[in-house]
Amino acid sequence: MTPTYYLVLSAALFCVGAVGVLIRRNAIVVFMSVELMLNAGNLALVTFARINGSLDGQIMAFFVMVVAAAEVVVGLAIIMSIFRTRRSASVDDSNLLKY
Amino acid sequence: MTLAEQVQYQSATGALSSVWLLIAIPLASAAVLLLLGRKADRWGHILGCASIGASFVLGLWYFFTLRGLGHKAVSLDLFNFIQVGRFKVDWGILYDPLSATFVLLITGVGFLIHVYAVGYMKEDPGRRRFFGYFNLFASAMLLLVLGNSFLMTFIGWEGVGLASYLLISWYQDRPAAATAGKKAFLMNRVGDAAFLVAMFLMFANLGSTDFATVFNGVGALPHGVTLAMALLLLAGACGKSGQFPLQAWLPDAMEGPTPVSALIHAATMVTAGVYLIARSNPIFDATSLGQTIVVAVGAFTLLLGCVIGCAKDDIKRVLAYSTVSQIGYMFLAVGLGGGAYALGILHLLAHGFFKAGLFLGAGSVMHGMKDQTDLRRFGGLWRYMPVTWATVGLGYLAIIGIPPLSGFFSKDPIIDAAFARGGWQGWVFGLAALLGAGLTAFYMTRLFVLTFHGKKRWTDDIEHPHESPGVMKLPMILLAVGSVAAGGLLVYGGFTTWLEPVFGTTEVPGHEPNRAMMIGISLAVVLVGVAIAWLLFRRGTALVEQPARSPIVRAARENLYGDVFNETVFELPGKLLTRAAVFFDGKGIDGIVTGLAAIVGGSSSRLRRLQTGFVRSYALTILGGALVVVAALMAVKLG
Repeated sequence: MTPTYYLVLSAALFCVGAVGVLIRRNAIVVFMSVELMLNAGNLALVTFARINGSLDGQIMAFFVMVVAAAEVVVGLAIIMSIFRTRRSASVDDSNLLKY
Repeated sequence: MTLAEQVQYQSATGALSSVWLLIAIPLASAAVLLLLGRKADRWGHILGCASIGASFVLGLWYFFTLRGLGHKAVSLDLFNFIQVGRFKVDWGILYDPLSATFVLLITGVGFLIHVYAVGYMKEDPGRRRFFGYFNLFASAMLLLVLGNSFLMTFIGWEGVGLASYLLISWYQDRPAAATAGKKAFLMNRVGDAAFLVAMFLMFANLGSTDFATVFNGVGALPHGVTLAMALLLLAGACGKSGQFPLQAWLPDAMEGPTPVSALIHAATMVTAGVYLIARSNPIFDATSLGQTIVVAVGAFTLLLGCVIGCAKDDIKRVLAYSTVSQIGYMFLAVGLGGGAYALGILHLLAHGFFKAGLFLGAGSVMHGMKDQTDLRRFGGLWRYMPVTWATVGLGYLAIIGIPPLSGFFSKDPIIDAAFARGGWQGWVFGLAALLGAGLTAFYMTRLFVLTFHGKKRWTDDIEHPHESPGVMKLPMILLAVGSVAAGGLLVYGGFTTWLEPVFGTTEVPGHEPNRAMMIGISLAVVLVGVAIAWLLFRRGTALVEQPARSPIVRAARENLYGDVFNETVFELPGKLLTRAAVFFDGKGIDGIVTGLAAIVGGSSSRLRRLQTGFVRSYALTILGGALVVVAALMAVKLG
């Protein structure tokens, strides 16, 4: 089994996530897409650790998971409070910070 | 030629070593009057008169002392003024026949006018200050004629300019007076600048402005330098003396009180230009072209003054243009050179008497007529002001040159001397002087007849014109006596011989004219002028200005376009330059600064449109950036 397939899968997942972030309006879905991209990154890191025969990539993957968990906590809290005030979870509605 | 002789001045000894008192006494009095302020209000005018009177008595004493001396010029070095390296200037005084003559004119006529002003300015709350300025003027004028170097003369020159400015603008709440003062000051600056450059030339070429050094060295200079010096001095003299092309300020100076017009703008200060040329006679003798230009300026100005004088209706302006014209005669005379210098100074003295008398008479008329100056609004005054009528009448006969009054003895020789120049110049300048005499007779007769004779044309508010008080009448009478007697006394008292040490000769250059015939011709011309004016104006004149029927009348009423000339030639370029500078500053300098700010502001307001507020577009930007970075990395790695 060649590690290259994992890299291709990782790239595919990343692209799905990126497109999700760009085209979806619902904040929750955008969030999930971001998670998808992070995990695609994790998969790539683990694959490279396997290819290189060192544990550095795996440690990096753990770090990413920790950061992602913290980010989910903060991000969901923000989405909650926005939804409470504006009765909407669309990212396009919260566009006050502009020119 | 006198240039070969060395000009030498003995140093002053005995009585003459205190000659500086002449300047110091009025100066001290001016300082007291101006510094003490209101405390001196009660006795200020008395001190003012006393100081100038004391100077006059001293002047007489020095005059007789000088007459008793063998050498006719003494110089007195007071103290060091400036010393920088080889550059050295002393405060010094030169007392010679020319200075002595001027001292007597300034202090004598000056004293009479001071006394007159006591009465004339009685109602003015600033009378003490007025006398302070008057004394300041007298001391500056005395310094002007007593200095022993061009620089000393220049200091006095500026001093009289200052006093003249202060006194022209005396009625400072009147815009016309304030403007006239500024105009006089500015036009005098033009002449002063030329005088300064002339002094620079002296420093550069001779290393000094002492009269002795300059006059001894001027013969060795190249002709171009001498000519430049002469013309620059002439320009300075024109500025001070109201000669063409700088004549326009003098008539406007009549905005000042009448004693000021009499003392400063008729009898003394405006003759400073004649003094300067007469004093610099070695410079002018060394350049015949320069002399011809002086004669031409004098001849032109005397005609110009006469022509405008005929067209004016304001009594003081007529007299002012008459002054311009009479000083033209003096310039004509001092330009002729040789013995004619003395003729110019003789006319200056005679003019000092009769013109001061005429101005004081005009002041007396104004005093009795509620400050009316319009000739059309006088008439029939001889019955109400007999003393004024008599004194002005004598001054009038003197100025038009009726024998044996002083104008006859001083003006006719100038006309003769102009004809004696010979060739076309003799004819041109002689005829100009002769025509000027006729015109003078015309406009002075007009002035006299319209003021004192004919029907009453007074404004309604005047019921009973009154004669002036005694303190004003006495100076007028004394000046009238002077106008009658001065000319003959000076001529037969050997005035030209008295001035010989200064000018070197009493011979008028050129051929001797037929004296009897010349007198006949000039008297005939004068009588024709008188007759025409008498016929035209004996019945009075219209009460308002009539439309001008000929171009010459229109031009004369416009002061022969002197003001227009100044405005176009001097004022307009200045205005245009200012406007150009303002435009360049506003559009050029400010344009760069505001332009830069506009560029930054405009481009950033376009740039901020990128901040849409949509998270997706930011995400796309980040993705695009990441792709570019990855592409660059791959390009480096693989390429």
